[in-house]
Amino acid sequence: MPVVETDAQLVARCRAGDDDAWRELVDRFSRYVYAIAVQAYRLQESDAEDVFQEAFARAYENLHKLRDDSAIRPWLAQLTRRLCIDMLRAGDREQIEESPEPREVDDTLARLDEALAVHEALASLSDNCREILDRFFARDESYRNIGAALDLPAGTIASRISRCLVKLRGELEGRNPASAESGG
Amino acid sequence: MYERNEETLAELLRTLPAAPRAWVQAAQEIPLARRGLDEIVERALADQAFRDALIADLEAALKGAGYEPDATLTDAVRTRLAL
Repeated sequence: MPVVETDAQLVARCRAGDDDAWRELVDRFSRYVYAIAVQAYRLQESDAEDVFQEAFARAYENLHKLRDDSAIRPWLAQLTRRLCIDMLRAGDREQIEESPEPREVDDTLARLDEALAVHEALASLSDNCREILDRFFARDESYRNIGAALDLPAGTIASRISRCLVKLRGELEGRNPASAESGG
Repeated sequence: MYERNEETLAELLRTLPAAPRAWVQAAQEIPLARRGLDEIVERALADQAFRDALIADLEAALKGAGYEPDATLTDAVRTRLAL
């Protein structure tokens, strides 16, 4: 089972000037930042791209100001939220009127936090499971494409997805005993 | 806390699609871009001819100096040098 570096360890390496660590940090949180812009604030693609780049640029510049390295996720979320709000305020009237209610945003962010936790658990699975689940659910690839990419018979992909989901659930329950005890 | 059955997990995996590859790559290259930026700014402050060239044609001057004048870098140079 792969050993996954904690957020705090990753941030510490970034702060020490390790470019590989920064690449990994962007990789780890890119989906999250993207989803905040596009799903929580419903920004158009071009605005979302500006927010995405600015969020990471500011994170890079201000990483030394982060007091608790393990708080990178909420810090980045807050940074992205502020940029999204600024973007909406700078937009036209129609865009402002169509912007989501704060309560809606909070609900979406709670769902994204949960989804990120699931993605983090995915990193603990075998390479094969991680690839299969990510390709099928997050990249929307067909059984045939997944089979071709991973050199597996397409007819076995559905059963592999099912088995990998069971492993993923086991991984999450291991991280959260309260949920496991409640039968979740 | 809701129950995490396989169906819910599948939904949550769908909730976080990958960001466009080019966006991710650009963000990953921020440290490199910043290093190039610092060099450009230092040189522009020390070398008036280079600064004049930047003012005359920013993209051409950057390219001539061996930098890739993408939008991120040109915007940053303009801001840092108040061009």
